[in-house]
Amino acid sequence: MRQTLMAERVALAVRDLAVQFGSEQGVVRALDGVSFDLRAGRTLGIVGESGCGKSVTARSILRILDRPGIISGGRMLLDPGSPAETDLARLKPDSRQMRAVRGGRIGLIFQEPMTALSVHYTVGNQLIEAVRQHSAASAAEARARAIELLREVGIPRPEARIGAYPFELSGGLRQRVGIAMALAGEPDIVIADEPTTALDVTTQAQILALLKRLQAEKGISLMLITHDMGVIAEMADEVAVMYLGRVVEFAPVRELFAAPRHPYTRALLRAVPSILATPRQRLSTIGGAVPHPGMRPTGCAFHPRCGERLGAVCMERRPAPVPPGQAGASCFREEEVAA
Amino acid sequence: MLIYMLRRLGFALVTCLFISVLTFVIIRLPPGDFVDAYIANLAASGSSISVDQAAAMRHEYGLDRSVLVQYWNWMSRVLRGDFGVSMMWRRPVTEVIGDRLWLTMVVSVAALFLTWLIALPIGIYSAVRQYSFGDYVFTMLGFIGLAMPNFLLALILMYFGFRYFGLNVGGLFSAEYVQAPWSLARAWDLMKHLPLPAAVLALAGTAQLIRIMRANLLDELRKPYVVTARAKGLTERRAILKYPVRAALNPFASSIAYLFPYLVSGSIIVSLVLGLPTVGPLLLQALVAQDMFLAGAIVMLLGLMTVIGTLISDLLLMWIDPRIRLEGR
Amino acid sequence: MSATAAGDPPATATEARFAEATQLQLTWWRFRRHRLALASLVVVALFYAVAAFADFLATNDPHATDARRSFIPPQGIHLFDENGFNPHVYGLRGVRDMRTFKLTYAPDASRKLPVRLFVRSYDYDLLGLFPTNIHLFGVQGAKPGEGIFLFGTDQLGRDLYSRMMVATRVSLSIGLAGVLLSLFLGVLLGGISGLYGGWVDTLIQRLIELLRSVPTIPLWMGLAAALPNTWSVTQVYFAITLIISLIGWTDLARVVRGRFLALREEDFVVAAELAGASQGRIIFRHMLPSFASHIIAATTLALPAMIISETSLSFLGLGLRPPAVSWGILLQDAQNIQVLSGAPWLLLAAVPVTVVILAFNFLGDGLRDAADPYG
Repeated sequence: MRQTLMAERVALAVRDLAVQFGSEQGVVRALDGVSFDLRAGRTLGIVGESGCGKSVTARSILRILDRPGIISGGRMLLDPGSPAETDLARLKPDSRQMRAVRGGRIGLIFQEPMTALSVHYTVGNQLIEAVRQHSAASAAEARARAIELLREVGIPRPEARIGAYPFELSGGLRQRVGIAMALAGEPDIVIADEPTTALDVTTQAQILALLKRLQAEKGISLMLITHDMGVIAEMADEVAVMYLGRVVEFAPVRELFAAPRHPYTRALLRAVPSILATPRQRLSTIGGAVPHPGMRPTGCAFHPRCGERLGAVCMERRPAPVPPGQAGASCFREEEVAA
Repeated sequence: MLIYMLRRLGFALVTCLFISVLTFVIIRLPPGDFVDAYIANLAASGSSISVDQAAAMRHEYGLDRSVLVQYWNWMSRVLRGDFGVSMMWRRPVTEVIGDRLWLTMVVSVAALFLTWLIALPIGIYSAVRQYSFGDYVFTMLGFIGLAMPNFLLALILMYFGFRYFGLNVGGLFSAEYVQAPWSLARAWDLMKHLPLPAAVLALAGTAQLIRIMRANLLDELRKPYVVTARAKGLTERRAILKYPVRAALNPFASSIAYLFPYLVSGSIIVSLVLGLPTVGPLLLQALVAQDMFLAGAIVMLLGLMTVIGTLISDLLLMWIDPRIRLEGR
Repeated sequence: MSATAAGDPPATATEARFAEATQLQLTWWRFRRHRLALASLVVVALFYAVAAFADFLATNDPHATDARRSFIPPQGIHLFDENGFNPHVYGLRGVRDMRTFKLTYAPDASRKLPVRLFVRSYDYDLLGLFPTNIHLFGVQGAKPGEGIFLFGTDQLGRDLYSRMMVATRVSLSIGLAGVLLSLFLGVLLGGISGLYGGWVDTLIQRLIELLRSVPTIPLWMGLAAALPNTWSVTQVYFAITLIISLIGWTDLARVVRGRFLALREEDFVVAAELAGASQGRIIFRHMLPSFASHIIAATTLALPAMIISETSLSFLGLGLRPPAVSWGILLQDAQNIQVLSGAPWLLLAAVPVTVVILAFNFLGDGLRDAADPYG
């Protein structure tokens, strides 16, 4: 009963988010109308090839897009429907309110544990700074809290490690520090941007288990960005599949794996190595590469690479976007089925 | 850390040795030896010495021995602080140089600090506000600074100072302090005269350092740890000053290693134009008069000065970069 | 190839053009986008044109002294007179200041000296080959001591404009010679360093570090002062070139070594090695072309330092010696504040120095950006 209640509350609702990068060659639309709901206490997986706009989505939510990127449209509602509803797209990036959201409401975990921490300061320095940014704790209290955080993320001998520099830690430990840093401001939403990509397989599994445990303990809403279908299957409750700055399919994780609706999702799933495959079977790949967002194909952006193309309609018209909060795919085949 | 320090120290010693050899070569380069020059000098003043006397002198100074022995003799005297006698002044070289070495150091170090003081904030500004109007203005000024040899700048400043303000902008002291012994008032007078030569000297280095700082910071600003800092909720100013600027300081600090020799070099020629009582004018006179012991001593001392400067920059680098500090921990 | 390309949309044709272009071609295409660098290229070309045709552009014999016309201020060319277009300069009349007894020159508007193109003046060899006495422009019918002095004259009455033309040739060529020598040393030692690695590399790197930690000007001064007084202008010229490239090669060696180290790991080099190509073939056929543009950029950036070095040394009186004329020698006359306050036009020699160094810097920067598309 409690599960369904929690499931109904939406922690973050993104609607028609559009992001542009102005350059000499013209305007590049990195995000072109992205909508999805992140439900409280659940894990939303965001999946797609490199360059499809996953990381831009994460940075837009935190309002830390690199110049010359700007949010050109859409809303990002924190606590939608509640009296405290805030549209992050309307806040100034460096405002006190937005900074309170960053780290305080939404934590961010990075892909590169090597470069995401500064080598010039100790782990403790960087962690304590994050703790004090979002609480009135004294230096001693913040230090105690930082040690506690390191213990929570499973770092042995945290009292000693707090004085270490990042380059003195292994990759796995560094990523744990990264997670501790994201949790330092006690956020209720955590965005993990490819948290395991740079790690070896054993460490990957440990980090994923850690994320799962922390999520359960703290009731965190997790937005997990990855290109790895295995990670999605392991972690996500719902999945948004992105292609060239748009959500092309949204579905509960079981549905997605059992009955993928978008040709792109099907192609992605075929590209996952399977233990059931016959020996020496060639791994399927998706033909071609993701086009540069500045050279977006007309009509459905996926049509040049789509093996199930219908014909002229795919090249000329854009399929309707997936309605937020519902399972569906942005594809003319889907519309045929519905009709 | 110890290994790093020992390595740098060892390198400094090798550099000193290298400089001493170079100096010795320079001393020996002009045709004829010290005694020939001495005889010529005497002849110019109307007196002379006999062939036997000359041979005796050669023997006394070891000039009839092999080059290696001569080098050794010269080095062992130098190590005791004896740089020989200046022919031009007929006084020990150390006495002739006197305060001038310290004043050279004061001018060069002042220029170094000025370079940093200007280059750091402008470099940060230009990187953070890349392609802004201010960035273009500073880039343009920087290019002009690079293109204008500092002695030209000194000449132009001299001319305008003389023409429009009727003042002689040269020198490091007011007339009443030139010969005065050291006192607080004299030091203060020096401080008042320092900014102009320091600024002239600092210009080219500043332009260079701004470009280094800007390029490094632009690199650092793209690194993920900046995003981490922002994602924590830090203000933009704090996020940038604490993390990427700190990282960009690294190459900034190591730039002293070549900036300081460059400034010392520049001080020689700027001193000549601005009439500063540094070793610059003395070196030129000594070289023109082929007073090789004096010239050699100056070249050697300037070299040592830059070695010390480089060593300080190495220590500074160690202090700001924990990766070096903790090497081997 | 062209048959299939013809049927495809034009975008593919462009791609094919890019795919087939050599490294140098690609660099050139990227370089053309830098307007400032392109403009600088024009400026540099103009300077070298001046260097090549220095005597043709000069109006007076740059070495001819005349005590009567010392310190004449710059003369303007008047384009029109009462009869319409008739470019001319005024004749000069000496006026003795009765208080200081100094002889100063005032333009004498009553005497007009017509300025014409292709006038005959002193003899010279055009491009060092064709003896002639025709100059681009000059005045006709001048009395001795008179003439056209666009930038004024120095103490000995030599025409500054003509001297600057000739000095351009000397200063630019010594810079070029110095940089070529540096390039040779840099490519040789940098190449050895990057190619062989190990203790050779360490040794060369330490040597570079050593040379860079020595203050250059005192060192140059010491070496330059040791050149015998009896040496001819040409001997001194080459000795100075040698001295300034003694330090200059270190930067180039670093660039070359860096590129060699980076390229050694590149797939195409490894592929060539595996295919059994000889070391010479790999270096000259595969590696050198791929960093030729880097070397051009680094060389361009090294040129200003060479020019400044020569100018500094000559300015100090330790570089080239009169009767040679270089920018540094011209500026040497402007060293004294008393002279300068009376004849500020002597500072005009600072203009070409600054402009050409600026142009080389912009050009080098543009080239470097173009050479390194991914950096």
